[in-house]
Amino acid sequence: MEQTGRYGDFGGYYVPEVLIPALEEIEKAFYHFKDDLVFKEELESLRADYLGRETPLYFAKRFSEYVGYKVYLKREDLVHGGAHKGNNTLGQGLLAKYMGKKKLIAETGAGQHGLATSMIGALLDFDTKIFMGSVDVARQSVNVHKMKLCGASVVSVSAGSGTLKDAINDAMRYWCSNLSDTFYLFGTAAGPHPFPEIVRYFQTVIGIEARKQILVKENRLPDMIVACVGGGSNAIGLFSGFLEDESVKIVGVEAGGRGIDTTHHCATLTKGRVGVFHGAKGYLLQDEVGQVFESESISAGLDYPGVGPEHSYLKASGRAEYVPANDEEVLDAFEILIKTEGIIPALESSHALAYLISMKGKLDPNTVVVANLSGRGDKDVGIVEEHRPLK
Amino acid sequence: MITYRQKFDSLDKGALIPFFVIGDPDLETSFEIVKAAIDAGADVLELGIPFSDPIADGPTIQKADIRALDSGVTPAKAIEFIKRVSDYKDIPIGLLVYYNLIYQYGIEKFMLDFAAAGGNSALIADLCIDDVDEVKAAIEAAHLETVHMVTPNTSDERLESIVEKTSGFVYTVAVLGVTGSRDEVSDLVNPLIKRLKAATKTPVCVGFGISKPQHALDVLGAGADGVIVGSRLVKIIEENLGDKEKMIAGISTVLKEFRDAIDNR
Repeated sequence: MEQTGRYGDFGGYYVPEVLIPALEEIEKAFYHFKDDLVFKEELESLRADYLGRETPLYFAKRFSEYVGYKVYLKREDLVHGGAHKGNNTLGQGLLAKYMGKKKLIAETGAGQHGLATSMIGALLDFDTKIFMGSVDVARQSVNVHKMKLCGASVVSVSAGSGTLKDAINDAMRYWCSNLSDTFYLFGTAAGPHPFPEIVRYFQTVIGIEARKQILVKENRLPDMIVACVGGGSNAIGLFSGFLEDESVKIVGVEAGGRGIDTTHHCATLTKGRVGVFHGAKGYLLQDEVGQVFESESISAGLDYPGVGPEHSYLKASGRAEYVPANDEEVLDAFEILIKTEGIIPALESSHALAYLISMKGKLDPNTVVVANLSGRGDKDVGIVEEHRPLK
Repeated sequence: MITYRQKFDSLDKGALIPFFVIGDPDLETSFEIVKAAIDAGADVLELGIPFSDPIADGPTIQKADIRALDSGVTPAKAIEFIKRVSDYKDIPIGLLVYYNLIYQYGIEKFMLDFAAAGGNSALIADLCIDDVDEVKAAIEAAHLETVHMVTPNTSDERLESIVEKTSGFVYTVAVLGVTGSRDEVSDLVNPLIKRLKAATKTPVCVGFGISKPQHALDVLGAGADGVIVGSRLVKIIEENLGDKEKMIAGISTVLKEFRDAIDNR
């Protein structure tokens, strides 16, 4: 490998030897094509005309009145496909195409990354296979259907907890056996190097745009930026635009599930210990001896017991703060954004909103906050209905 | 305690190395299985500590991991198990383990406890050669030997570095993929054995997909010093969970077939 993929002591590439040549191949291609003019031009053009970038930075006036300070929403929910995931799948899909690969595989939790991969698979004419935990297949059936409509095959993984980590395990195994023609399109800024760096690179467009936009609208930097964190790709996309701006407070919101004092959550950075999992060193939800927990959250997209290595580093270095929001707070936030703004947020993104609501009345009214609305919530309406039936 | 070198020097036909997950399906039965394997002619043992997310393993070994975890196996209990095995017979014992379990136990303490229990080497499936320095001091302090994996797609440059850091034997992965039984030995393995034999005097043992005596003869014929048989044996456990006598007899029979084939080659 050309680089070690370390963020402080976190990250790296802790994988079986058989995967090293594949990671080396991707790393080499990534460093080459990211500066290739033809690649960059095609990426820019498809970002604009296919994904619909740049996305608005929207001043949420009524939501701001509700919380008592100024909230801007980065509208990643308006990206084609309904979430920030398309930023990454377009970038990596193009990379795979330039590398001459014929097949894409991907893991998915909520189905957003699977859908975004299937979409790009159709756009760029790949044979696409999506690995998804059986529990997630059941709770995200609409997304499964959409993936199939795009021509992808969906592999239901029932081992373990039948969620995202099991889907990743099986995708990695499949990849080990099909390295020559298959590109593993990793969905979050986690896993072994070079994936965290590649995913960050294609998601950083969120933070670059948001920084430029807030300077135009407010003529100053925000006081705080907030995003939800599962594996952490939408968050690192936003955060990366502001890491050098020391005055900007950075907050990542994790899934507190049924409460962080239960075992039913995915608050990795809040409750985890450092370990090695899915190819990287970082915070991890695990038992005393190091067996990895089966995490739990109302939002399948955050349901992951690990977290990207750069988030581990930002926590350890103190640059970012990570807090949990539990399921009930998230459902409240989901409802409040719809009632105040007419925007249906993804349950994942609702974690960031829940934190904003927890700060209601606690911040100066002139405080400016940018929150990443990472995805839209159409996919979650059924789940919300189960928890809170309409009267 | 016998070293790999002493063991391999004493063999002229090739080493038979069965693999089991410690505590599959439970610690007592697992001990009976390992004893039967030793009695059936195993030269070296490869034992795994069960992990929740074994990405280098196929479905057969993953199910074994789940059975062992359900029966309550921890790394500490696995080390006690190894002590019992080495008390039963002085046989080289290689461990296959995922890094997080060692990391949480404490790398230095793990290697010392494992060595004290009679273990020879700890191969960490998800720690590649670029990062083995993280465990080097602990391995040296515990006077353990080293076993590392080489795969058919390993570059010459990496292969050099791997064999240089390997003192026990080279764990030669016969396939591009994860553990599991296969009908034929991959055609990738013979060229790899040749590359390794040209690069090192350290014994070369082949695993992943060795499920029939003929497979063993093929790779030993190509110059390998030993074969590792895993999923084929673990499958017998899976298929006979209701009948432990049949399970143990089945494993014993298959290993004797391998033993006879190797001894008569």
